[in-house]
Amino acid sequence: MSADVASVSVARAEVVQPGAARGRVLRIPTLSFWGGVDPATGRLTDPTLPGHGESIAGRVLLVAEPRGSSSSSAVMLELLHNGQAPAAVVLGRVDAILGLGIVVAREMGWPTIPLYRLAVDVLDGIADGAEVDIGDDGTIRVV
Amino acid sequence: MIQLSAEERALRDGRDGPAAALALRVVAEAARMLGAERLVPISSAHIDGCLYHGDSGTLFAERLVAGDGKVKVPTTLNVGALDLLHPERARLAPHQAAMARRMMDAYIDLGCRPTWTCAPYQAGHRPSPGQHVAWGESNAVAFCNAVLGARSERYGDYLDICAALSARAPDVGLHRDENRLATVLVKCNGLDPRLMDEDAFYPVLGAWLGASAGARIVAFDGLPSGLSDDRLKALCAAAASTGAVGLFHIVGVTPEAPDLAAAFGAMPPAETIQLTGSMLHAARDRLSTTMPAQGAAIDAIAVGSPHLSVDEFRRLLRLLDGRRSRLPFYACTGRHTIDRLEEFGLMDEVRAANITVVADTCVVVTPILPPGGGVLLTNSGKFAHYTRPNTGYDVVYGSLSDVAETAAAGRLVRDETLWR
Repeated sequence: MSADVASVSVARAEVVQPGAARGRVLRIPTLSFWGGVDPATGRLTDPTLPGHGESIAGRVLLVAEPRGSSSSSAVMLELLHNGQAPAAVVLGRVDAILGLGIVVAREMGWPTIPLYRLAVDVLDGIADGAEVDIGDDGTIRVV
Repeated sequence: MIQLSAEERALRDGRDGPAAALALRVVAEAARMLGAERLVPISSAHIDGCLYHGDSGTLFAERLVAGDGKVKVPTTLNVGALDLLHPERARLAPHQAAMARRMMDAYIDLGCRPTWTCAPYQAGHRPSPGQHVAWGESNAVAFCNAVLGARSERYGDYLDICAALSARAPDVGLHRDENRLATVLVKCNGLDPRLMDEDAFYPVLGAWLGASAGARIVAFDGLPSGLSDDRLKALCAAAASTGAVGLFHIVGVTPEAPDLAAAFGAMPPAETIQLTGSMLHAARDRLSTTMPAQGAAIDAIAVGSPHLSVDEFRRLLRLLDGRRSRLPFYACTGRHTIDRLEEFGLMDEVRAANITVVADTCVVVTPILPPGGGVLLTNSGKFAHYTRPNTGYDVVYGSLSDVAETAAAGRLVRDETLWR
């Protein structure tokens, strides 16, 4: 977190795909799921990014700037199918391609995760590693 | 809230079976996330979701088959993970190979044409100007919008097949008039005409565009007239792989841009850029991840991203002029091209030149290159972009002539005079 960003303890995100979640925050400034996440393991594969080698499985993934590779939906679907998906994803702007992976998983009857949008300045105020609780109305509380 | 037509409600309610209903629900949900108010009927589709990334994609395609899914519009298929004509080419583990095969079979069962090519526009799939279509594969989307003047957003995996099964797409983005006008004018009249007469110029121009355009729509003015589909293909592919470019205009080529006023909707450009040789030199250098000296070792050569056309094979054979490649040399192409090479008796020449033809897939989406890595030479801006992350090989960008001379010499031969 940069010094000029106010720390956030409660925030209200827009619900893009429904659900509630709890988990530890993993904050990546920019990420393409395709080429950035191993679909088999959930590990971050881009050596130029912070968190390289960490797994996104079970984490509350905060990405200010999602990069919309057109195969990111396939990676999200694969992560949901093999149990390596994050607990929730919070994006700085809506990425319909990532959301589509969740929509298709729901159609397949597989477990899904919620997807939220949160203004970047608020998102940047949630500390990496913080434990957060997100309600199905999109309220994010740092525990 | 999305307003559905009577036809769309009938689909959603299961009139045409469970797969069509699922497809309509997925398209409508994507439209909601994108902020569309309605869906738009489409007249063709090109599917990128048939490339295996894991078992989930195969299971999804098979669910659509089980639900009586049939595409409602003419639909072509992008590459899969296997070369079905030469099964030994791709070194996938048995489980992955079997699941990739099942996935490819499922898409055929859905009624898609087994074109297996990233250049569907050279395999007879050419929608008319103004037609709404749903295409996946970034180079094909750019060609569709910029060269053919048909209208497609950049469709992601699984939305593409759902659009084909429901004949609908979200009415957003490049489907709408107001989002297709150029705002940035790029003037090419200061460039050396000899440079613009080289094939190798077009991937470099595309790489400059991909790095510079951002979300803006560019109009190029001053490019030579009568550009071949192969040059336009190379330009589109480099732009769409190095940036999120779905549409640009070439004045005099793009159907919506017969002149500057049409490209900009009679508005003045928000920005004008005078393209210079040094801007292009920098873009050209970014296409290589290593800069070996003249005569250095090269471990493999790959051409054909997007898939090589018959004309490109002819040019390559002419440049080789009967010489054999002394390096592993992969030419990726589609069946539509292989059939014509056979018909014209050119396939024997290709084999005699020691060129390995890869069909239905390509060397950056499935393991085909010799294991162990090294340095790859390519004339493709798209291969240049994806080779290192996807294969581990370093990459050197050169012209098709550099490719032929390097193949024949068995070491790097690059003509630098063009770029000085």
